[in-house]
Amino acid sequence: MFKNLLDWIEYRIPMMRVANMHAIQYPAPKNMNFWYIFGFLATIVLINQIVTGVWLTMNFVPSSEGAFASVEYIMRDVPYGDILRYMHSTGASAFFIVVYLHMFRGMMYGSYQKPRELLWLFGMFIYLALMAEAFMGYVLPWGQMSYWGAQVIVSLFSAIPIIGPDLVEWIQGDYVISGATLNRFFALHVIALPLVIVILVFLHIVALHEVGSNNPDGVEVKRKKGSLTEEQKTKFKMHEYYTSKYDIIDDVVPFFPHIVLKDLVAFAAFLFIFCYIMFFAPGMGGYFLEHPNFEIANPLKTPEHIFPVWYFTPFYAILKAVPDKLGGVIAMFAAIIALFLLPWIDRGKVKSWRYRCGFHRWNLLIFAAVFIFLGYLGGTPQENWKIIASRIGTIMYFGFFLLLFIYSRNENTKPVPERITK
Amino acid sequence: MKKFVLVLTLLFSGLAGAAGGGIENDHIDIDLSDQASLQSGAKLFNNYCLGCHNMQYQRYERSFKDLGIPTELGQEYLQFTGEKVSDHIKSAIPAENAAKWFGAPPPDLTLVARVRGADWLYTYLRTFYADDSKTFGVNNKRFPDVGMPHVLQELQGTPRETYEQRMVDGEMKEVYVGIKTDGTGELSPEEYDEAMSDLVHYLVYVGEPGRLKLETTGKWVLAFIVILFIFVYLLKKEYWRDVH
Repeated sequence: MFKNLLDWIEYRIPMMRVANMHAIQYPAPKNMNFWYIFGFLATIVLINQIVTGVWLTMNFVPSSEGAFASVEYIMRDVPYGDILRYMHSTGASAFFIVVYLHMFRGMMYGSYQKPRELLWLFGMFIYLALMAEAFMGYVLPWGQMSYWGAQVIVSLFSAIPIIGPDLVEWIQGDYVISGATLNRFFALHVIALPLVIVILVFLHIVALHEVGSNNPDGVEVKRKKGSLTEEQKTKFKMHEYYTSKYDIIDDVVPFFPHIVLKDLVAFAAFLFIFCYIMFFAPGMGGYFLEHPNFEIANPLKTPEHIFPVWYFTPFYAILKAVPDKLGGVIAMFAAIIALFLLPWIDRGKVKSWRYRCGFHRWNLLIFAAVFIFLGYLGGTPQENWKIIASRIGTIMYFGFFLLLFIYSRNENTKPVPERITK
Repeated sequence: MKKFVLVLTLLFSGLAGAAGGGIENDHIDIDLSDQASLQSGAKLFNNYCLGCHNMQYQRYERSFKDLGIPTELGQEYLQFTGEKVSDHIKSAIPAENAAKWFGAPPPDLTLVARVRGADWLYTYLRTFYADDSKTFGVNNKRFPDVGMPHVLQELQGTPRETYEQRMVDGEMKEVYVGIKTDGTGELSPEEYDEAMSDLVHYLVYVGEPGRLKLETTGKWVLAFIVILFIFVYLLKKEYWRDVH
């Protein structure tokens, strides 16, 4: 009976074929470690954001008069409304945590290098869309930080020569940040950007499965057809889409059940931390939900300190490090564009930092530390030493890319093993 | 686990709290399961604060239910202007008039504990002092030049700043040592502190009325996840046993 139903469907749409190809018999390197869980976790968080978002939308009122009160209505009068709201707000921060770790993984193991450049670009576009999505979402509760944060970020566009002021007006839909701005941000936040993100995630996964997953050794598991003996080939059944084009070495496991189970273990651990924060400390001491945002937006009262939420603060620090407004905006966007260009800035042939020169390892670790430090500088009240520190940090941020470009040309690398080392 | 959150918080370090005047906050421990304290706080709020301040996002009904106050008693002792029990807790003072009288409309207090924090409120409520240069004859240590009268004066008595002669850097100086009441209030200083603790408890509760329930639910959810983790981990181990 069930078999008949499946056959009936399969005859009309390639359900099992696609499932086998992408979710079951997909060859994944067996040595994918802890760092390889964050793509899966990001997908889970994306689903969480969409599902809780739909339910929040049912009670949210997208107007400057009603937004703040409707969030409190959700918190107090909607059954399980507080859980839904905290799932969504904690999810926003969790999304950036897993995405940052996911990106750092890609940098450690050279997952952006040939042939995965397009995969990296799709990922970077997701990151960009995610930043826009998070920014607009943060405006919606219409608290003080929503309003003044929006004010600061939208006004950045006024630094653009000639069209700047008109562009700001066009984005705001008004001469100032107002209910009109809130309404359009709501439309973009709940429809336009999620659609873009879902499509990009789809493309990201299609691109991944076409070129195959990288791994901590950076060793290719798909070999030229006919180059391996039967003994060297994997014993697991892989989809013929992959086996017909390549010989697949005996260092892989099928996506289901092996990788799925591994991801589920990671998921359970992640869920524990996520739920702990969500139930016991959803504000995370003012970092996930900023204290001033519990006060309704007031255009006449500027908060003492205005910070973006923590995941934007490294770029905010770069923005403030440059004395000139236009220069700051350029530096901030350049910081993101540099990441986009990573596959071409890095001219090395060896992927994983395990087999690259020691200098590369330090360069990357310092880059990560500088990124976190800039985040601290951008998220705490301005002090004199911080201006100097953020200038040094900004130079070091770009220095990472410059140094990488220089030394990766003729790098002193270690021999890459023939097979995955475990 | 608390430590873990602390570490995470430190990672994104810095201060995001609401800042203010010059003195340090006094610390207060909040126990949201202390219903007697919450009830006393609700009574204080409705009697002294609600005259001017709204609590417009909270309904009477919700407070009554969560604080274990029977509806009839609540309506009799905590509602004064004949609202329905399902109404939001709103002040009778018209906003335009309030703005005229005080210079700015008195802020809504539903979420004040989430904006300022419990310690700030506990300090603020206990550091009013007589200051004839001000419109209402009082000033506040935690919130200098605050634009409201000390409505709890009948409970506390007239509070005055006290100074002591102390050696500072080898010189005798007048040093501020705290607020002392003249004893004309209905409550002793200890009772007043206790009452303010109750009021802060209530404000913290109203800031997030679902907090206790969230923590109860959260414990069950975490317990479930631990069990889920064990089973998933064992299953994973079983499947990966043959992979070398």
